[in-house]
Amino acid sequence: MTKLRRKVYMIAGYNTISMGTGRKEFHPKKERPGLEEYIKEAGQAVLQMIGGAKNVDESVIGNFIAARFNRQANMAGFVPFIDEGLKYKPAIRVEGACGTGALALVTGIKSILAETAEVVLVLGVEVQNTVKAIYGADILAAAGWAKERKDGHAYFFPGKFSDRSKAYAERFDKEKTRQAMAKWFQNAIENARLCPTAQEYHNTTKDLIACGMLNPNPKGFVDSLNVFDCSKVSDGASAIAIVSEEGLIRCGISKNDAIEIMGFGQAEGDITQTPADLTQLDTTKAAVQKAFESAGVTKEQIATVECHDCFTIAGIMATEAIGFAEHGKGIDFVLEGNTARDGKVPFNTTGGLIGWGHPTGATGVHQAVTIWEQLTGKAALNQIEIKPERPYALSINMGGDDKTLVSIVYKKA
Amino acid sequence: MEYSERLQNVTVIGAAGKMGSGILLLTAIEMADLSLKPENKNRQFILNAMDVSDEALSGLMKYLRAQVLKAAEKKAVQLRSVYADRTDLIDNEEIIREYVNDVVAIVRPTTLIESAYNSTLIFEAIKEDPALKVKIFSQINQNSTKSPWFYTNTSSIPISKIDKEANLGGRILGVHFYNPPAIQKLVEIIKGENTLQELVDFANLYSKNLRKIVVPSHDFAGFIGNGHFMRDAIHGIREAEALQSKYSFAESIYIMNKISQDYLIRPMGIFQLIDYVGIDVCQYIMSVMNPYLPNEDLHSDLLDKILASGVRGGQNSDGSQKDGFLKYEKGKVVAAYDINTKSYAPIAEFQSKCDDSLGKVPASILPWKAVVGNPKKDDLFKAYFTELNQTVSFGAELAKKYALRSREIGLNLVKDKVAFTENDVNTVLLTGFFHAYGPINNYLD
Ligand SMILES: NC(=O)c1ccc[n+]([C@@H]2O[C@H](COP(=O)([O-])OP(=O)(O)OC[C@H]3O[C@@H](n4cnc5c(N)ncnc54)[C@H](O)[C@@H]3O)[C@@H](O)[C@H]2O)c1
Repeated sequence: MTKLRRKVYMIAGYNTISMGTGRKEFHPKKERPGLEEYIKEAGQAVLQMIGGAKNVDESVIGNFIAARFNRQANMAGFVPFIDEGLKYKPAIRVEGACGTGALALVTGIKSILAETAEVVLVLGVEVQNTVKAIYGADILAAAGWAKERKDGHAYFFPGKFSDRSKAYAERFDKEKTRQAMAKWFQNAIENARLCPTAQEYHNTTKDLIACGMLNPNPKGFVDSLNVFDCSKVSDGASAIAIVSEEGLIRCGISKNDAIEIMGFGQAEGDITQTPADLTQLDTTKAAVQKAFESAGVTKEQIATVECHDCFTIAGIMATEAIGFAEHGKGIDFVLEGNTARDGKVPFNTTGGLIGWGHPTGATGVHQAVTIWEQLTGKAALNQIEIKPERPYALSINMGGDDKTLVSIVYKKA
Repeated sequence: MEYSERLQNVTVIGAAGKMGSGILLLTAIEMADLSLKPENKNRQFILNAMDVSDEALSGLMKYLRAQVLKAAEKKAVQLRSVYADRTDLIDNEEIIREYVNDVVAIVRPTTLIESAYNSTLIFEAIKEDPALKVKIFSQINQNSTKSPWFYTNTSSIPISKIDKEANLGGRILGVHFYNPPAIQKLVEIIKGENTLQELVDFANLYSKNLRKIVVPSHDFAGFIGNGHFMRDAIHGIREAEALQSKYSFAESIYIMNKISQDYLIRPMGIFQLIDYVGIDVCQYIMSVMNPYLPNEDLHSDLLDKILASGVRGGQNSDGSQKDGFLKYEKGKVVAAYDINTKSYAPIAEFQSKCDDSLGKVPASILPWKAVVGNPKKDDLFKAYFTELNQTVSFGAELAKKYALRSREIGLNLVKDKVAFTENDVNTVLLTGFFHAYGPINNYLD
């Protein structure tokens, strides 16, 4: 894809808390907010920043699978619930498993490009703590091919990425792979501790590396991942507005508070096919390349990345898919500290899926919100330095096992 | 008869009781797991849940279903391979539900003792009444053609005595679970004089499959667990009685409970433990043990008195603690009983006075919770007890005396041939009573 035919901006990002184990407020037996509350909180926060519902032309809501977690479909119907002013305006729900959030972003971007809207409200939401993890695994398995479920692991997706990490470790370096996964976990938690909405904000574990180094327990869980390698079960919502030049003016937002979408890449893998090479994320690679081409930038110009670390190994493989490290060298790249918040290219500066949380359908939107905060200097304690020679940011959101991919390149407006 | 054959027809007697329900749950799961093995496809597995109370049996089936569901959720990873060839079961949820049904389908609730006549293995967990146990065993034995094995859960009745009186020809073994059996890791195995070795071997294998820790005990009333606990309780009671020259009854109970919990770094104080087990149960176990102890008097007038005043301890059917020596609110101790006024005195009213009189507490003291799982706990205990030894205070004196008595009880259990080894005594206290250290130690030397 080539350069975008029109300027597209993102403004007014907002995240609710990512709720689940780890948060002090969380208790599995206590009543908690539901879809309605999360959608309303995130939606209203954005509306307030952009001058109200009257400025919105249409809305996109991303949700993976409320139909099973919450017995709820027809999610677009919750958009007018945010604000009466959205009643009778267009709204659409999109779904692409854990890649849902970025599909929602892309849907909004396309509306701006198509000139059918100047201001699009984009939301992502998921409420998953309604069932025990063992049953949640059944629900999340829908992100894979249903016909593979029977032969899959009880914890279906951890099983998939356990196979990937095993293949990677055996092919390259067992010890170093485990160390790099532990390091990834440490970075994630350290970043999350700085972010009040992060699920791991209250984490006080002293020796994070020791947790990350724990031996997997194949009897109770999967062969090659321990629980610290996995993102947790989360409830939460994120929202942001996608606007044109005209939309910016309508909302009264200065470019100082906006980021520009420089390009994006979308790629789809065949859900019925097993990965050709378990040690690589091919679809991710294709999406990132398209995004770079579309934006006309190279990896050397990237200041920060939000990548889809549903599992530590996925984070490591993402460094390779982007091209920061050669195949098999992602572990060195991470161990050398390049992805840490003081490293060459800080990854997942608010904790990523492992540290901030992974309310599946909201994750892609959360990534955009974090980047908006970083590039406009609103990241508070999480703020990293954005150097003029590397002004761009990159996000990668993945649905399923490297199937539904969206990668976006951003820059401060 | 090999392992799974022996487990094809089993009866638990007293299945709806505290111990029986746990034994039933564990056995039902073990039997279901056997029944699901390909080689056992054509075998029937039957587990009779026998109890005299119809009402309790209905409650039991609900309990069983809920507990099996929890167990199934925990082992969903294995269950997926157990049901791998069942193409109709795809989600964890479907597999877990099927497993629960398979386990429950093995269990036949019944009030008829006759159902035990076809069993090859009988677990017994009725109340601690020697005559009743003997009566039931001989009835089954006389009417059965299976020469069944009897595993009794008795806490204090000698196995050889039951064997002789019921005429079981050595087909009886003490398989003594701890309460609650589904959670407690310890099983004491007690061989009677004539118990056949096969019964022991099978019980060891069965316990191992249940992932229990087995400690053999000699066939001596009370075995190791109660052998220590009952004497430890008597010590606490006598110490509290002695304190009454200076303190009120309630204060004395509070002080000895505190010494045995906080100062000895145990999970519960002695009076809380007595309440937990039930004051009546403790009194009864002592009365069963006492006739076998010519050189000591394992009896407490105080227990008789307090029971006579209507205070019993024990647990409500929902597992919450009933009031006993102490009064509980949401599981926390809030008051202590006063036998003289027959009422509970709030601890807040005298706590600081009592704590002050106990004097300086060693600085290295730690709550039980903080040490029990600590890999360096041995060092922590060494440091603490060394400091306790050097501390001159009323509290420290009581605590040292208590710890030394607990050790003496342990050593006597070995000397009197109740326990085979000192290590066995320690294992029982560590695993059956959740102590963080064994009573036989040299921390105070
Ligand atoms: N509770 C403990 O902490 C504990 C620990 C270890 C061992 N034990 C021993 O386990 C045994 C059972 O104790 P418990 O605490 O579970 O008692 P319990 O009172 O909770 O249960 C006894 C059960 O037996 C049933 N029962 C009574 N008479 C019966 C009969 N004739 N036929 C069939 N069922 C009958 C009762 O209905 C009841 O359900 C005792 O021997 C006790 O010493 C108890």
